[in-house]
Amino acid sequence: MNLLDPAWVALRLSLKVACWATLIDLLLGVALGYLLARKRFPGRELLDALLTLPMVMPPTVLGYYLLVVIGRNGVVGAWLQQHFGVNLIFTWQAAVIAAAVVAFPLVLKGARAAFESVDTQLEQAAQVLGLSPLGVFLRVTLPLAWRGVLGGALLAFARSMGEFGATLMVAGSIPGKTQTLSIAVYEAVQAGQDDHANLLVIITSVVCIAVLVAANKLTPNRNPLV
Amino acid sequence: MQISLDLSKTLRSGERTFQLEARFASAGQRVVVYGPSGAGKSLVMKALAGLVTPDRGRIELAGRCLYDGEAGIEVPARERNVAYLFQDYALFPHLNVRQNIGFGLRRGWRNPRAGVDEEAIRHWLRAFELEHVAQQFPHQLSGGQRQRVALARALAPQPSALLLDEPFAALDPDLRGRMRAELDALQRRLAIPMLIITHDAEDVRVFGEHALRMEAGRIVEERQA
Repeated sequence: MNLLDPAWVALRLSLKVACWATLIDLLLGVALGYLLARKRFPGRELLDALLTLPMVMPPTVLGYYLLVVIGRNGVVGAWLQQHFGVNLIFTWQAAVIAAAVVAFPLVLKGARAAFESVDTQLEQAAQVLGLSPLGVFLRVTLPLAWRGVLGGALLAFARSMGEFGATLMVAGSIPGKTQTLSIAVYEAVQAGQDDHANLLVIITSVVCIAVLVAANKLTPNRNPLV
Repeated sequence: MQISLDLSKTLRSGERTFQLEARFASAGQRVVVYGPSGAGKSLVMKALAGLVTPDRGRIELAGRCLYDGEAGIEVPARERNVAYLFQDYALFPHLNVRQNIGFGLRRGWRNPRAGVDEEAIRHWLRAFELEHVAQQFPHQLSGGQRQRVALARALAPQPSALLLDEPFAALDPDLRGRMRAELDALQRRLAIPMLIITHDAEDVRVFGEHALRMEAGRIVEERQA
């Protein structure tokens, strides 16, 4: 059992980080995905490309960018330090930010595609029937798109669970504080603790497979509920 | 229908431009705008409903100004109180027949429950003989039932005018004649002013109390029955 304890701590931390990262991505992804799907403005595709960048960039490069922004001397980091005495580097919140940035394109892509697949004529019909823009969104657009949105969110959750490079750079590897499952695996292998590494790898795999199965069940080609 | 309309709009798509210059007035209860597809009929209808903003002009319906480019008036679609029947009906696929009909009766942020049971909904279910399919979803309905649900949904909020976009085009020829007769009777019973756009000569014959022919963005011919 004493072998299980550190693993349990790392799993709980990973789940906490992944939950917060997914929640943040979900809120931003729904808003920006809707914007990209429905509004025409100059630079729309450029914005989409910029927001998709984390998917193709090396996590270490993202980690470096994040240090530049939220590091002690970073643009936002210095401001937070000065006005609120808050330091993000080497905290679990930094791990949340790293995971949220890395996984964001998955939510955005899913949400944009889901909103684009909703027939605009249905939204027009709701408008003519007297609904406000928010009413149309909540009663027609979102119920018809939610499967795609949720599918993207589950992928983002799985990706957050597995985030390593950027997390290590901004949150470090403090056992019980910022050492997530994926980082714990690395540390265990480095230290030659193969049994511990095995256990961590199995836990990670099981969680990720479960999440992916759930994501597949939500493929949008079925009849939407509610 | 007390309607007066004067619309200009230019649409550009790549190299091609389309110029809409539609102008007409009518006091008839049954107005039909007909012409080949691509003549701009749908654009006129969308502008009336507030789904498309003209470049300039003026729209007046039942004594109420809905749009005036010069005065800067544009009543949003949700406040125009018109019923709009889309060509392929645009029923909400995630809501059952009951919820579709009740959709416009409640204007908040939540859809009516699946078992919603209001007098107004019961009335329209009865009027269109839809009681036995009340709990079904649009994809489970026949073409004629779909059109009845779309009509019931459009009429439930008691609109001041009924706008129909190619109402029978999505039906097979056999059903087309039956639904045409049904709409004819319904309009007479409700005495609701109605504007139809169509490319079907039969619609013009049955509903064209005041018929306007449209071509290339302009009204080119008018005929009063």
